Amino acid sequence: MDEKPKRIILSEEQKRSRRARSIAIALALGALAVLFYVVTLVKGPAVLNRPL
Amino acid sequence: MSLVSEGAELAGNRASSVDQGPSIASVGDYVALMKPRVMSLVVFTALVGIMIAPGHLHPVIGFTALLCIAVGAGAAGVLNMWYDADIDAVMRRTSARPIPQGRIAPGEALAFGIVLAAFAVGVLGLLVSWFAATLLAFTIFFYVAVYTAWLKRWTPQNIVIGGAAGAFPPVIGWVAVTGSISLEPCLLFLIIFCWTPPHFWSLSLVRADDYARARVPMLPVVAGLEETRRQILLYSIGLVPIGAAPWLFGYAHTIYGVTALLAGALMVTFAWRVRCECEGDRAERAAYDLFAFSILYLFVLFAVLLVEGSVIGRAM
Repeated sequence: MDEKPKRIILSEEQKRSRRARSIAIALALGALAVLFYVVTLVKGPAVLNRPL
Repeated sequence: MSLVSEGAELAGNRASSVDQGPSIASVGDYVALMKPRVMSLVVFTALVGIMIAPGHLHPVIGFTALLCIAVGAGAAGVLNMWYDADIDAVMRRTSARPIPQGRIAPGEALAFGIVLAAFAVGVLGLLVSWFAATLLAFTIFFYVAVYTAWLKRWTPQNIVIGGAAGAFPPVIGWVAVTGSISLEPCLLFLIIFCWTPPHFWSLSLVRADDYARARVPMLPVVAGLEETRRQILLYSIGLVPIGAAPWLFGYAHTIYGVTALLAGALMVTFAWRVRCECEGDRAERAAYDLFAFSILYLFVLFAVLLVEGSVIGRAM
């Protein structure tokens, strides 16, 4: 069987868009990690206290 | 165009946007899905709720609360655009949005909205307050399920009841600081709730044909332009005492009271112009003027509350 599996070839525009989206997701996740870190510093041990 | 063919067109729009190849959506398209202009008003009113609430909130925690409320509002906007993609496609005002244009697939938008909503509610609960997070979750649910999926296509009172979703942010901000609800944030809620109908109906007056084409039962489509103008005037008159209520109840200083009464009087004047100018370009101009002024009205009232609360101090 010489049949090659079908593959999706991305155009340059699609590659550019995907890269921009990936960078945006990375930045958002990084910002979330920094946010949790800073809030932990600010709250100290009270970070475990989560009142209703 | 007959109702049957309109329905086929709506169904066709929903179907055509499903089958798509690899995405070409830009980051800007995803930002557009979050309705940034609506988010800005949400952020501002929530900020006022945070700033005028009694008690202290560390600036980092306050920023976190504001960020979560903004992202929650964005999530609601995304889920709204996902559900309304079929009617957005046939309305001139919304046809350029990313889903009707085919730049973002409906499934991607749905996933994006759910993830944003989950993060906003989860982070607000973990880092600030679970009470505030519950209110945020309810607000998103109310906007998406109650307003978008149910009321919008069912009753001309859609934006009257649905306006509650836009009125919650200052209450959430207040709860993030105090952990409870009192009369003061309820008054802020009431101001936005009563401001929403004249604000939206003034826009729908000039977009009535758009809404009719999309078969959305907005008041001008169902009850006519004349009745809509009458309702706009009535709500604007009712807004005057409600806008001044924080001062009348002793929660704000005289500066706010005078500002609210003057701005309310101007709002009624603009609504009266809408009532009187019923023909041609002048009618359209009057409706646009009221729409623009209503945004300024809300901004000024909340800005004065913000300045009073953070510079002069609380009245009570």
